Amino acid sequence: MSVATSYEFLDKVIHATPDGEEIRKCLQCGTCSGVCPYGFAMEYPPRSLIAALRADDFHGVLESDTIWLCVSCFACASVCPVKIPLTRGLLATLKTEMLVGGSIPQELQTALGNSRRYGNSLGESPRKRADWTKDFTVPVPVLAAHKKPVDVLWFVGDYGSYHPRVQQVTRALAKLLFVLDVKFGILGAEENSDGDTQAFTGEWGLFELLARKNTQAMLKYQFAEILTADPHAFNALKHEYPRLGLDRPVKHYAQFLTEHFERLRPLLQNRGPQRVTYHDPCYLGRANDNNLYEEPRQLLRAIPGLDLVEMSHNRALSICCGGGGGGMWLDGFSWEKAHARTTEWRVKEALAAGAQVLAVACPYETPRFEDAVKSTGNEGKLKVKDIVELLVEAVFG
Amino acid sequence: MDIVVLCKFVPDLVEDLEIDASTHLLDRNFLRLMPNELDDHALEEALLLKERHGGTVTVVTVDAGDVDEALYTAAAKGADRVVKIVGEGLDQGLSSQRLAALFAQAAGEWPHDLILTGTQAVDDLDGFAGALVAARLGMPYVGYVTKVASENGAVVARKEYPGGLNADIEIVGQAVLGIQSAEKPPRYVVTSKVMAAMKSVTIEEFEAGDAQADLELPITGMAVPQSAAHAEMIVGSVTEVAEKLAKLLRERGLVA
Repeated sequence: MSVATSYEFLDKVIHATPDGEEIRKCLQCGTCSGVCPYGFAMEYPPRSLIAALRADDFHGVLESDTIWLCVSCFACASVCPVKIPLTRGLLATLKTEMLVGGSIPQELQTALGNSRRYGNSLGESPRKRADWTKDFTVPVPVLAAHKKPVDVLWFVGDYGSYHPRVQQVTRALAKLLFVLDVKFGILGAEENSDGDTQAFTGEWGLFELLARKNTQAMLKYQFAEILTADPHAFNALKHEYPRLGLDRPVKHYAQFLTEHFERLRPLLQNRGPQRVTYHDPCYLGRANDNNLYEEPRQLLRAIPGLDLVEMSHNRALSICCGGGGGGMWLDGFSWEKAHARTTEWRVKEALAAGAQVLAVACPYETPRFEDAVKSTGNEGKLKVKDIVELLVEAVFG
Repeated sequence: MDIVVLCKFVPDLVEDLEIDASTHLLDRNFLRLMPNELDDHALEEALLLKERHGGTVTVVTVDAGDVDEALYTAAAKGADRVVKIVGEGLDQGLSSQRLAALFAQAAGEWPHDLILTGTQAVDDLDGFAGALVAARLGMPYVGYVTKVASENGAVVARKEYPGGLNADIEIVGQAVLGIQSAEKPPRYVVTSKVMAAMKSVTIEEFEAGDAQADLELPITGMAVPQSAAHAEMIVGSVTEVAEKLAKLLRERGLVA
């Protein structure tokens, strides 16, 4: 299963994606390594990695563990002048080799082990996946008990289901669905991790296991489309699940709510002025050319009294929060290797842009940025809110 | 060196535990089982020894919970044989005495210079199981082991004592070792390797037979521990908190 030479490894990389052959066209321009948020701390950022493979130094590559700094943010792939699928091809395949060879940081191992045993990376009880709906004012039907077709199957995701901060975002979205009179349901205990981030740590077998369980569970029910608040789930459901048999449209709430914009807008009231900047999540934007840049901004601009300002890195140039590619489960490792947190750079950018609120649209981001606000000593100067939280404030006050 | 690793499944504390009032035991309807963490360390240590000195690793477990997946995972990690002890009622929870009787009966069936198992489990904090297996097999037992080395034909087990003391104990002949932690954290094995093992590996079955416990202590009651004292939260302004804290520290004699 594991490979021995650079050429065998390159062969795997080439076959990992439909356009894998493009790696042969690498110009060694180094744009990838320059744009990589952790390139400065990697022994083999993408350009050097390709150079090492061309020089048949695969052994040296495997000796280094700094590939685990890769946050699968698609920054390198999106700037590559010859369009090499670096993130999904080269880097994810190298991570698979590292996993097979047993070179895996302990904290990542825990998250992958949890995902396999419990179906969620947090190591929580699968039975408690829908506990966020308890003692909640909005009815949230669990499909197994609902026994009626719905229009929307809401894929809640691991962090939305279990993380105390992200549960607030989940409840906010439920409130919006309720006021928009959307007929929706959730999978509850039948839902597993979407597996997207596990896949980008190289654990494709685990991804398949989780994705098959989710696909089987979803196809038991009648629904027209899938909604999620998680860009990683969105990415996997849209681009990877169809080959496992999932045949329904998938929408991130940014798309879904803009489609319901004419009904949503009259509900939004001016609750006072606020200057807001928006952080583009990698998996809504750059990843797989998802390119959802304007929908989130349209929602924010619709809030009366909200002044939207841009950070210097926005849209396709957004800097990853550091949670992708397994980064969410490698905070200790990343700090040890790089002594830098991309979230702290972002918080400083947001403040430099004059923002009072940093708006986000990914479940990894609320807790990560809130931590960075504290660790940079800016508590009280910048609030971190998901777009749906800002919408709920505008609707309900 | 041929090694048998004894693994068992224990209640997973990620779920709330319920007590069945009629049996005074854990209500097994709501119980989720998982492999005992320290048995995973025992397997890791066995695999490290095999990698260094050759030999075989045989994993033996009792049929309860999702043992097949655990055994395929062990095979994917490098175990040569995987065995499950099958029989009536094994998934209803076993005392350490009965477990040791089953393990002792089964372990002897496979080549073993050493028998490794976790030194403790969440349902065996006293760490009886390994010692009882050793007693039944007439073999010496060393518990709380953090390293096993093989030097010039002799096995040396590093045993951890309280207070940061360690002893290197040389073992002559066969022995049962209770592993507290492997030298390295248990390895991760990718899911695709486990899936491959499911197709290629055969789980051997061993009939539980009539091995009985020497002694079964009846359980007359079981209750969730009640917290007796709570942490005292010191509240107020910074000055108030500092004053109260200083007063407390003086009262308790922690500062002069």
